[in-house]
Amino acid sequence: MSSITTREAPRGFSSAEYMTCLTGIVWREGLRFLHQRERFVSALVRPLVWLFIFAAGFRQVLGISIIPPYETYILYEVYIAPGLMAMIQLFNGMQSSLSMVYDREMGNMRTLLVSPLPRGFLLFCKLLAGTAVSLLQVYAFLLIAWFWDITPPPSGYLTVLPALILSGLMLGSLGMLISSGIKQLENFAGVMNFVIFPMFFASSALYPLWRVQEGSPYLYYLCEANPFTHAVELIRFALYGQINWVSLAVVAICTIVFMIGAIFAYDPSRGLARRGPAGGEG
Amino acid sequence: MTSPAPIAEPRETPRLELAAVPALSIDSVSHSYGPRRALTDVSFNVQPASFTALLGLNGAGKSTLFSLITRLFGIQAGRVAIFGHDISNTPGEALRLLGVVFQPRTLDLDLSLTQNLLYHAALHGISRREAASRSAELLGRIGLSERAGSKVRDLSGGQMRRLEIARALLHRPRLLLLDEPTVGLDVKARADIIGHVRQLVTEQGIGVLWATHLFDEVMPNDDLVVLHQGKVLAQGPMSRVVTEVGAQDVNTAFMRLTGAQAMPGGIA
Repeated sequence: MSSITTREAPRGFSSAEYMTCLTGIVWREGLRFLHQRERFVSALVRPLVWLFIFAAGFRQVLGISIIPPYETYILYEVYIAPGLMAMIQLFNGMQSSLSMVYDREMGNMRTLLVSPLPRGFLLFCKLLAGTAVSLLQVYAFLLIAWFWDITPPPSGYLTVLPALILSGLMLGSLGMLISSGIKQLENFAGVMNFVIFPMFFASSALYPLWRVQEGSPYLYYLCEANPFTHAVELIRFALYGQINWVSLAVVAICTIVFMIGAIFAYDPSRGLARRGPAGGEG
Repeated sequence: MTSPAPIAEPRETPRLELAAVPALSIDSVSHSYGPRRALTDVSFNVQPASFTALLGLNGAGKSTLFSLITRLFGIQAGRVAIFGHDISNTPGEALRLLGVVFQPRTLDLDLSLTQNLLYHAALHGISRREAASRSAELLGRIGLSERAGSKVRDLSGGQMRRLEIARALLHRPRLLLLDEPTVGLDVKARADIIGHVRQLVTEQGIGVLWATHLFDEVMPNDDLVVLHQGKVLAQGPMSRVVTEVGAQDVNTAFMRLTGAQAMPGGIA
């Protein structure tokens, strides 16, 4: 009998094993995304509706003065494009969180969590995979927007990439943190009402904050405190080859805080352990 | 798939000398969900190359126990170790030696059989090339080579289960947990799965913990753990447990131990 009779010494994990795990999780998330064509289409249609319809209607109502990073007068469509890019990532982050709730209900999450690699690393891989998917969506949006005369400098397509990765990670980890608190899929409607809409509207995505300040100083402070505003501004500046340092700092700090929170929430001795059994109790 | 292979080796005698470290050791484990107590002072071992049946009604605490062993929940009291590796202190080393088949299906339905296996291999840090060769080998062993590129969605329930078992073996674990793996399967598929897992025990020396509420899945040579309302009521080789209770078969023994009403073949 080939039974193991003695305890083996721990051998840890090599960097190659970590890399294999990371690429495997990103690859699987990409495959799943490609199989869900409706998700891709709806992820694109949403910002395009805002761009083609909302922006066209509001173009005459809202005048945009010259504010950094823009150097000339711009069309309203050009102004809201970075906000719509961030919106794609916001929805994607929340949708990934939805898929985590779904995975947890259906048991798929368990296959991830019984991997022997450290749980924090697994969740980080999952976040990175979600961010990679959001990048596909954002660049597809930018391609269509280009035909709509939203033409940032060519180098902007490259300089915006690190900003998108960071904002994607921030919004993804926020989604993951929220998902740890959601027990059932149905609660996603609540996430829409209490997270997505307030974050999107109380931000600089649709209107410059000086305009908001004229209307209500309190709302202005709220918008300033909204991490989504800083994600939008980080993307906006990066798209024109500039860095908004304040936004970069806020987004970086929020990413770290949300990520630590999410990893903490999925810690077996804390987050999930407080709840009832995940699968069929037997 | 062959029929269940009888375990020829006499039990208890030489293996106890060899097996210094149990494949799975559950030591005084208790668990509560708030005020509700799910497990109370549960202790038992699973030896390498043995088939241990965890028998209990729905709600007995089997799934809670599985969640603790797989580190889905943290251990509140007691200790769980896999080949001596404590699941709380050295989870990586413990989980590396563990393969699991959960009760709910955990396959990606829209991905192919091979893609599902490759994803699992990646989660264990197994290189792509090695993973591809192991996947092909395992798919051959479960008779699904020709379906390698099909979507999992197109498989039957029994085929999915076989795939899940193959997946659980991909990283070559030495302990295999199965949580009611035959629920919802027809008679033929059930016999196939049980036969396959028993073969793993005899041929590869894998320790198996098989949770079930179906008595006919337990054989006289198996180790038996009877779990009821979160407590272990009896444990040991099935024939001994049955004799000690003064029953004729496992069905009656279980009913006497738990005070439940007898049902033909198992308990719903």
